[in-house]
Amino acid sequence: MAKINMLQAINDALTIAMETDEKAVLFGEDVGHFGGVFRATSGLQEKFGRDRCFNTPLTEQGIAGFANGLASNGMTAIAEIQFADYIFPAIDQIVNESAKFRYRSGNEFNVGGITYRTPYGGGIAGGHYHSQSPEAYFTQTAGLKVVVPRNAYQAKGLLLASIRDNNPVVFFEPKRLYRASVGEVPEGAYEIELGKAEVVKAGTDITLLAWGAQMEIIENAASMAAKKGISCEIIDLRTLAPWDVETVAASVKKTGRLLINHEAPLTGGFAGEIAATIQEECFLYLESPISRVCGLDTPYPLVHEKEYMPDALKTFEAIKASMKY
Amino acid sequence: MSNTKSTTETVHRVSFLDKDSLSIPILKILQADGTTFEEAVLPVIDQALAEKIHDTCVFTRVLDERMLGAQRQGRISFYMTCTGEEASVVGSVAALDDEDVILAQYREHAALRYRGFTTEQFMNQMFSNEKDLGKGRQMPIHYGCSALHYQTISSPLATQIPQATGVGYSLKMQGKRNVAICYFGEGAASEGDFHAGLNMAAVLKSPTIFFCRNNGYAISTPTSEQFAGNGIASRGVGYGMHTIRVDGNDMLAVLAATQQARAYALEHNAPVLIEAMTYRLGAHSSSDDPSGYRSKEEEAKWQQHDPVQRFKLWMINKGWLAESDDSALYEKYRQEVLASVKVAEKLPVVTIDELITDVYDTPTPRLEQQLKNLKQHIKKYPESYPNSAGRV
Repeated sequence: MAKINMLQAINDALTIAMETDEKAVLFGEDVGHFGGVFRATSGLQEKFGRDRCFNTPLTEQGIAGFANGLASNGMTAIAEIQFADYIFPAIDQIVNESAKFRYRSGNEFNVGGITYRTPYGGGIAGGHYHSQSPEAYFTQTAGLKVVVPRNAYQAKGLLLASIRDNNPVVFFEPKRLYRASVGEVPEGAYEIELGKAEVVKAGTDITLLAWGAQMEIIENAASMAAKKGISCEIIDLRTLAPWDVETVAASVKKTGRLLINHEAPLTGGFAGEIAATIQEECFLYLESPISRVCGLDTPYPLVHEKEYMPDALKTFEAIKASMKY
Repeated sequence: MSNTKSTTETVHRVSFLDKDSLSIPILKILQADGTTFEEAVLPVIDQALAEKIHDTCVFTRVLDERMLGAQRQGRISFYMTCTGEEASVVGSVAALDDEDVILAQYREHAALRYRGFTTEQFMNQMFSNEKDLGKGRQMPIHYGCSALHYQTISSPLATQIPQATGVGYSLKMQGKRNVAICYFGEGAASEGDFHAGLNMAAVLKSPTIFFCRNNGYAISTPTSEQFAGNGIASRGVGYGMHTIRVDGNDMLAVLAATQQARAYALEHNAPVLIEAMTYRLGAHSSSDDPSGYRSKEEEAKWQQHDPVQRFKLWMINKGWLAESDDSALYEKYRQEVLASVKVAEKLPVVTIDELITDVYDTPTPRLEQQLKNLKQHIKKYPESYPNSAGRV
């Protein structure tokens, strides 16, 4: 096993997907010869040719519509949207088309072969147009799977599973970890099952739940809590739609407390959905209200990015408050 | 036929049109040596206007050179240059009335300078300090100034195009003798918003100038991978719009085209499309490295078409500028920019209270509560939030 970063792991997964599926086509803005603005697709055009890996004109709605067309006719479409902040022109094609292709046709047609890859999230001094976490816009859309990896190993296995899954997947990549997340990643193909959360660390007092780049935040908060004698169970949700209620509920039944952390704003964020479901599933087990540590209900800021972020300190405070409740 | 507005000739054997069916000339007035073409019809320009154009170009060159340097030194987080495209931007804004509304993409800060944005104002935005009109909310170069009728830059591409159609229409409804001008690149013209915006402008008769800087690249993507048709200009004709293609490195051609476009837009309440053929001499942004997708030879070739140099030579030929004045102006702006950097980078950012303003016209009770909680948290851990600690 080699130590590689998340971008290399993603490149690895894309290479394997292209090698093992001759119907796979990879496209997006600047993904061709240049290899993408983050270089996630570096070398792929050289390896697989311009017919299978190419630049598109600068149009996200075009990219998503084109992906729908390819996949509806039996191809595997791997589309890159350069930043998640720029996915919104494509939302009609994704929400009204990709998500409903199978349902509206009685399964006469489907676009299960699509994976939309897109970098999301803050912490890079990017202001509101290079930092947003728009996952909740997609989790409310039945028919889409939504996946977010937390590190290089997870990114490779989850991306390969997403590409091979027979449903359209929106795959959010935590861009602040692209180069920062380095770890052991197997060289060959492997998949991590979609729809399954992972208990990253067992604990007894409170369950901490997050996904993507916020995983390291809750892990740091758990270390701070450990020094106060609080034992945190840490879960990576990994797939937000459909999400693994069973694993989370089992954990909360054990610990009696739940804290959910996400970068996106609090109101309408996916933590609200989790909290509502878990209080239904675990009402009599709860020792304190389910806690949400999230972004503020503002656009993503620039100079106050640090203050805005649901960081480890805020999470630590919320853990203590939950314990004291 | 009822489904077309133009007269349609009837034929009786199959014949297709192609991209060469429409021949689009390119307007050139100024030659590389600073002389004008013999038959050229010059724009309306006097010495004062020429000096203002030249001054704006020199300032922009200096700003770009110094602030890209400042980015490399880590003093600002991000930068984008206008280098190579000054004639497209300044030549067009110089044809406008000061109250014509500008909706720019992000590479048109020269137009904002032309309108009177001060060196200090540029710095305040780039350093995101408390005097930034945008309250430190956007990355460097996302300027905006209502007093100068320059709408604040938004990073998503092409969103400003249909907006410009709406602005132009509103100016018409308000009875103002003004137009909207919308700047965008040839890459942005692939977005759906481009097509929506131009079609609506033509159908609804919005007095708007759509100004395309066709500069060869959208980040790494060359025009050959961006469109297969006859540039962007051919589309204007398709939408039923007055359209012109100009040499975007020719200040006088851009000025002439935009002066007449403005007059036409006002007289007919109609949009005009200008396609300026130019070249992005710099990288897409400070985050980009063009050596991965284009050759030094290609860049060197375009250096020969430097628009600022060409206009300077014209002014010298006219006796409106001396070489020594030009050098002195560069030096003056280098000093001014450097001094301004030193002041701007020392100013603090806005206070944390501004985090929740302007989300709505007034902060909601929920936002007030979130801010209150945040302040308590910052007071508890001041060392972790140095930008705000001590000011909560």
